[in-house]
Amino acid sequence: MITITNIKRVGSDKTESVTIEGGLIKGWNLPEEGQVIDGQGGTVAPALIELHAHLREPGQTEKEDLASGLAAAAAGGYGTVVSMPNTSPVVDDPAIVRSLIEKAAGLGFARLRPAAALTKGQKGEELAELTYLKEAGAAMFTDDGRTNENARTLRLGLETAGSLGMVISVHAEDASLRADGVMNEGPVSEALGLPGNPASAEAARVARDIEIVAGLHAQGVPARLHIQHLSTARALDLVRAAKAQGLPVTCEVCPHHLTLTDEALRSFDAIFKVAPPLRTQADADHLLEGLRDGSVDCLATDHAPHTRAEKERDLLDAPSGIAYIELAFPLMYTRFGETLGLDRILDLMTAAPARVMGWAEPTLDAGQKADLVVLDLSTERPVNPADFKSKAKFTPWAGETLKGWPVLTVVDGRVAYQR
Amino acid sequence: MGSHPRHLLDFQDWTPERLTAILDNADTMLQVLDRPVKKVPALQGLTVCNAFFENSTRTRTSFELAARRMSADVLTFAAGASSVSKGESLRDTMEVLTSYKVDAYIVRHHAAGAAHLVARYSGKPVINAGDGRRAHPTQALLDAYTIRQEYGSLEGKTVAIIGDIRHSRVARSNAELLPKLGAKVVLCGPAPLLPAGLGALPGVTLTTDPREAVRGAHAVMALRLQRERMSGGFLGSLQEYADTYQVNETLMQEAESGAVVLHPGPMNRDLEISGDTADGPRSRILKQVENGQAIRMSVLYHLLVGRN
Ligand SMILES: [Zn+2]
Repeated sequence: MITITNIKRVGSDKTESVTIEGGLIKGWNLPEEGQVIDGQGGTVAPALIELHAHLREPGQTEKEDLASGLAAAAAGGYGTVVSMPNTSPVVDDPAIVRSLIEKAAGLGFARLRPAAALTKGQKGEELAELTYLKEAGAAMFTDDGRTNENARTLRLGLETAGSLGMVISVHAEDASLRADGVMNEGPVSEALGLPGNPASAEAARVARDIEIVAGLHAQGVPARLHIQHLSTARALDLVRAAKAQGLPVTCEVCPHHLTLTDEALRSFDAIFKVAPPLRTQADADHLLEGLRDGSVDCLATDHAPHTRAEKERDLLDAPSGIAYIELAFPLMYTRFGETLGLDRILDLMTAAPARVMGWAEPTLDAGQKADLVVLDLSTERPVNPADFKSKAKFTPWAGETLKGWPVLTVVDGRVAYQR
Repeated sequence: MGSHPRHLLDFQDWTPERLTAILDNADTMLQVLDRPVKKVPALQGLTVCNAFFENSTRTRTSFELAARRMSADVLTFAAGASSVSKGESLRDTMEVLTSYKVDAYIVRHHAAGAAHLVARYSGKPVINAGDGRRAHPTQALLDAYTIRQEYGSLEGKTVAIIGDIRHSRVARSNAELLPKLGAKVVLCGPAPLLPAGLGALPGVTLTTDPREAVRGAHAVMALRLQRERMSGGFLGSLQEYADTYQVNETLMQEAESGAVVLHPGPMNRDLEISGDTADGPRSRILKQVENGQAIRMSVLYHLLVGRN
């Protein structure tokens, strides 16, 4: 039994306490029992949910592993993490799904819900055994890390997954249009002499995928498509139009696409190399508008750790990805607390991802699962990558002063992180 | 006059005055090259590292000679098949080279921005000898110098650059440098090889029409066409390209009467440039090579000795 004292529920000024027993919220303002933790006057919310993290296990544990990645997630206030299956080997086998869940459960950090590959080996040709993968505990299906070049395979996957009540998420990028691009195509890429990845590579693929869903929808075939890390204004407009037609299409946006632009590449620092690439300020502004008006469904970080040596390569040779699951909430709250408001930011990182996945929306009511985070919304603290639990101890925001740091994360009634 | 740039990576931090000083100083270096003993003690006791992560015999030789004629010791690091291609970070390589107590680096690399990273990691003066599509500043300086030799100044002059602009660091560096010295630059090539984004640079215009590009030009530069561009679907055929964009006598009739022809080399004769134009009286192609050495001596002097 745990009692957390000295906390405030979002939107309330009242100092309260919550008691947790057997993995559930027992009740509010009960007599203190068991282990008593001082919430330091922080604001309590349901633990955050991450739909898009690369935890690199199995096979790439020099970059990250379940222990470091899930500890990092807990430190970032996350209670649940959906891991991407583009590991080595690819998570396309029910036995791998089971072993990941089992191993993560023993760690005591954030809860793992592995995504499984949509196609065997993520090769994009033959569907994986989606039925068995679901039975093993896969949260959704995706070939993220790769793009779904074969439209027919994606269509068949949407039909199969839809019949299982499962979401397919896609890295929407036309590989032939992207070509060898390593950053957003535009005046900056041309001035820097770096091969560009045009906005049309994303928009064209989003348009194609929406048409596949529309075709299935018209025939009454259930199919749910989730578009990952949307980066361009054009693609968001396509999603808006699809939603207006009632199509079952959702999308996520990453904080790095809101807070950084292609101008950052002028440093030639591969820390800013991500896929899809950092776009323009106009794109970032449009995405922010989408978060405000609800056309963007949720936030996700695309936590993508690499070794420092890999990121110290030149921009052509370095791999894509930023790892910052520990900063996502403070970053969003510091930059957009005023424009979006605390309630909307929290919704985008808790209930909204649950809705995308078709999971029950988390609440702080008695009887609910005890997954919660206590946030210190006022203390400003510089970002110090040396403190990261993640193995990727570098970040574009090093040294920046942020507020909204998690001080306590509880998962299944256990303390998964305490500052 | 502005602060003295520590590196020559591109021309971003360089004022027209500093750039003009390098060109002026090259006059002196050319005189050195005309002497029976072609050596001055300016860089005695200093070690210059030729760090070539990508092969280029011509550029490497030119830099090496320039450094030796200034009495520097030259360390050559050619990374061709070494650890770099096995994924060792640029930083790891630089740490090894730094332990050799090098005083300046000349860097050639296939990736844009690599010279900037070397500058960051090494802390020593770095001269960019070509990084991907990004920049080849000493090539642009020698082009500017060669044109200045003709006209005394670049002020009010127009330079047409024709060919595969998209993949050309020479075109990018010239487009950055020449307007700083008062010249206008017209970039010309087939549309897929002419990125619209470059039109945002000051003093630069774009056209896909070579006759329009050359009209009124005081200098016309043909760029090397990489045959592998064909496989990228950029061109219909080499013949189609040559028929449309080749710098030849017919095209040159559109230019100013005394206009000169440049080419950064090595040439595909009768592809991007006709043989008779390459060898003809307008050609300054060999002059460029000679000037290249003087320019590189001047740059080394400027960065390593003439800082104060
Ligand atoms: Zn992705």
